[in-house]
Amino acid sequence: MIELLTQLGEKTRDSFTKLGRSSFFLMQIMAGTMDVLRRPALLSKQLYSVGVLSFFLISISGLFVGMVLGLQGYYILSNFGADEALGVMVATSLVRELGPVVGALLFAGRAGSALTAEIGLMKATEQLSGMEMMAIDPIKRIITPRFLAGIISLPLLTALFSSIGVLGGHLVGVEMLGVDEGSYWSQMQAALDVYDDILNGIIKSFVFGFVILWIALFEGYDAIPTSEGVSRATTRTVVNSAFAILGLDFILTALMFGDI
Amino acid sequence: MAIDPPIVSIKNLTFSRGNRKIFDDISLDIHRGKITAIMGPSGTGKTTLLKIIGGQLRPDKGSVSVNGQNVHQLSLKNLYQLRKNMGMLFQSGALLTDMDVYNNVAFPLREHTQLNESMIRSLVLMKLEAVGLRGARHLMSSELSGGMARRVALARAIALDPLMIMYDEPFTGQDPISMATLVQLIKTLNVTLKLTSIIVSHDVKETAAIADYIYVLSQGKVVGHGSPEMIEQSGSDWVQQFMNGNANGPVHFHFPANDYADDLFASEDTI
Repeated sequence: MIELLTQLGEKTRDSFTKLGRSSFFLMQIMAGTMDVLRRPALLSKQLYSVGVLSFFLISISGLFVGMVLGLQGYYILSNFGADEALGVMVATSLVRELGPVVGALLFAGRAGSALTAEIGLMKATEQLSGMEMMAIDPIKRIITPRFLAGIISLPLLTALFSSIGVLGGHLVGVEMLGVDEGSYWSQMQAALDVYDDILNGIIKSFVFGFVILWIALFEGYDAIPTSEGVSRATTRTVVNSAFAILGLDFILTALMFGDI
Repeated sequence: MAIDPPIVSIKNLTFSRGNRKIFDDISLDIHRGKITAIMGPSGTGKTTLLKIIGGQLRPDKGSVSVNGQNVHQLSLKNLYQLRKNMGMLFQSGALLTDMDVYNNVAFPLREHTQLNESMIRSLVLMKLEAVGLRGARHLMSSELSGGMARRVALARAIALDPLMIMYDEPFTGQDPISMATLVQLIKTLNVTLKLTSIIVSHDVKETAAIADYIYVLSQGKVVGHGSPEMIEQSGSDWVQQFMNGNANGPVHFHFPANDYADDLFASEDTI
């Protein structure tokens, strides 16, 4: 019993220590922002590897998610003779929920895990330590550019995901199942609100990006510098990001749309 | 002749990892322009000592001053300023893997100076020529052998013309040719660039050949120090065992354990 309590106490203490370390780490990242903005070359290189390289995955996933939405939505809506509302359904689900959430989950798997592994291995091969000894702050030089690139990329990728999703819904609903094209677009245009739907979706993806990047970079930086340590850190990035995204999505949705 | 104050001065340094005392009240001085070797068996914390000198680790007690400044009382900004005067050569080389040889050497110059590309080019080529790898400047760091990686790292370490260079096990795992090249290179650079070199190593023969002064560490203490000749004639059992590579002596090959026979007959629950 005592042992169990001790273990519980230790676990709790460790979690809080880690939270403290990660908060401090986040402050250090923020402190480097101005330096990075003064060196756009560093940022653009990371925008390429974090953002542009996720382009293909996000586009294809968006297309399929939109196609499935078109198909499922048509089956349900046509039961009520409301298949003209397909455009509204597809666009609202994508812009409010699926775009930010699925986009963020994919981004965490594609870019988050890669960043953790990269930083973890840089630590294991003493590259970060070596940089410190060359009087170069690895947080400013390596971490902050990746952080900024991530939080810039994800909202853009999410917008891409949702847009291609809407086209996917159009492909299935209008081209294949014969929903009226005019209603698909005009109802969507009439129902979707710039602030309520689109802006809220962008805010969500921005928050998710922030959290994913924070988790991914911290896990890499804090990884035990061995092969096993880096592999565990990478797993933790994907798992913890997924939890954080889904949990935060509920909170944000409640704040934005709900009356809870 | 007046003696210059030492460039690195360590006083009463104590450092522990968990319950294990790595250094127990050690003091040592490293003099300008000399090659000082810090030797000792594996696990005596030689690399740790370099990290303490570089300010990456903080001692429990005692002080470390480099060029007259107490390393662990400096602000981060001043510590970084001081580090520009310290080159460090990691055992692995610690080259940036996403860059080729040329850009690795140019890296500290680009980060710390406002020089234009043509100046950087000349400097990089000069540094690479000094380590004999000017021709390898387009290779990626993954294409280099261990010895070449260390030489590139050395070129990078001297890129900012530091006052001193710390070598962490420079000879480990080198074939005889690259070992001899490195030994020669460290000596030449020390003289031509008027550096101070600190070599942490357990390769007795190579290190003793170029060192001006040697400290032998064991179990957290300095067990002997002096010029290579003095060390060779030292009366200390520790020093003799280490320098001659004897299996028997005060340093044990076995990690401390309970009695062997008892251990073998113990119940299987005790692993």
